[in-house]
Amino acid sequence: MRIKCPYCGERALEEFTYSGDATVTRPGSLDASATDAWVDYVYFRDNPAGPHQEHWHHSAGCHSWLVVTRDTRTHEIIAVAFAREDI
Amino acid sequence: MRYSLASLLANAVTGNRNWKPVWREPEPKAQYDVVIVGGGGHGLATAHYLAKQHGITKVAVVEKSYLGSGNVGRNTTIVRSNYLLPGNAPFYEWSMKLWEGLEQDLNYNAMVSQRGVLNAFHSDPQRDSYVRRGNAMRLNGIDAELLDREDVRKLVPFVDFDNARFPVRGGLFQARGGTVRHDAVAWGYARAADSRGVDIIQNCAATGFRIENGRVIGVETEKGFIGAKKVAVSVAGNSTRVAEMAGLRLPIESHAVQAFVTEGVKPLLDIVITFGAGHFYCSQSDKGGLVFGGDIEGYNSYAQRGNMPVIEDVAEGGMALMPVIGRLRILRSWGGLLDMTMDGSPIIDVTPVEGLYLNAGWCYGGFKATPAAGWCFAHLIATGEPHPYAAAYRLDRFAEGRVIDEKGMGAQPNLH
Repeated sequence: MRIKCPYCGERALEEFTYSGDATVTRPGSLDASATDAWVDYVYFRDNPAGPHQEHWHHSAGCHSWLVVTRDTRTHEIIAVAFAREDI
Repeated sequence: MRYSLASLLANAVTGNRNWKPVWREPEPKAQYDVVIVGGGGHGLATAHYLAKQHGITKVAVVEKSYLGSGNVGRNTTIVRSNYLLPGNAPFYEWSMKLWEGLEQDLNYNAMVSQRGVLNAFHSDPQRDSYVRRGNAMRLNGIDAELLDREDVRKLVPFVDFDNARFPVRGGLFQARGGTVRHDAVAWGYARAADSRGVDIIQNCAATGFRIENGRVIGVETEKGFIGAKKVAVSVAGNSTRVAEMAGLRLPIESHAVQAFVTEGVKPLLDIVITFGAGHFYCSQSDKGGLVFGGDIEGYNSYAQRGNMPVIEDVAEGGMALMPVIGRLRILRSWGGLLDMTMDGSPIIDVTPVEGLYLNAGWCYGGFKATPAAGWCFAHLIATGEPHPYAAAYRLDRFAEGRVIDEKGMGAQPNLH
């Protein structure tokens, strides 16, 4: 598996660190009413067999956080984008 | 007794053409008391104990492929009960006790080999942590022995006692641990369940659940609808996909883990050994190949294979522990799918859908748990009450904050 970093180009898997599902959203509130949303955010996952949006950190490269769309059945990388929207 | 010297001889002289299949291949009936989705080790063990311990024999096991095609035939065959936490130790020790009586129970040679499991340690702090684990095991009635360097040298003289970074300083030894022939476990449970009337239906994937008023009434399969009073899901690796068909979301990610076997060599390693400073564990099969594995790949995957970085990591761990393997050639490598829960511990519980039961989330430890998981899951299905040994494996423990973080990590180091 090789990931094409939009900044550095195509690099080997060893340069990247995985950080899981990129579709979960951190709840905005710390109130007790948001407990269920926090449990969902921390523990529960869709875990699709097919295209999966996930965070990768180019930890041995440019240190960009990336959103990689990858097919979990074949490990094919479909798309790579910066996680930040302003660059 | 199905086999004897006479039957062996009679079949040998007739060209081995007259052996009978050891289980039937029935077509599904319209209705069962229990349908088990997933014909792996856990599903078949559940069927066996439902029939044997609870007298429930109107049971079908539906399996999407052939028996032994999934994780029960892909693991590294190690069994042990060297667990620390109260929610885990009694469960895995019960599993160990069931392994010890398995062949007599099933009348099937599963090659249960209690050759001992040695967890090497490499530093003083790690020794302290292993002492703690060993003491916890002994308090739970599990055998554990702390070995110093000289004791380890008697067992495995070839490990690297002088490694510059990770010298072997000793180990925690569980003499009752060992290995079991994994496919034979599937075959043995299948034969035993079949002989009590359980229908094992291969090449029959479940495609959906029929749910009425919040209660499951059957399973849609590739061979049509099968009615059931209770449905038990035991499909590690694909648990979230199957649960999704019932509208459930689980705290599980699917990950791949690899295993390897080398060319066969003369007897070298007569125990199971693990490296304490990385992720490498190894045993020698009866054919002579060294069977070893390492850590999960670390990213979601449904591909039953891995990538090079983990292969390198495993090989480095192996070379640090036992440099003697350096010139062996790896014959094969393969991958299996793991249900990684977010705390690294399994789930045996009821679900929000009435009549639907879940056995999932075995992470890297499903094979050693096979007998006890089947035993406790059958108890839950038959009685509606969790078995005391598996009472901590609740689906709601994540929301309740009662996670069981034996290893201190789930699918990723920051999740637990």
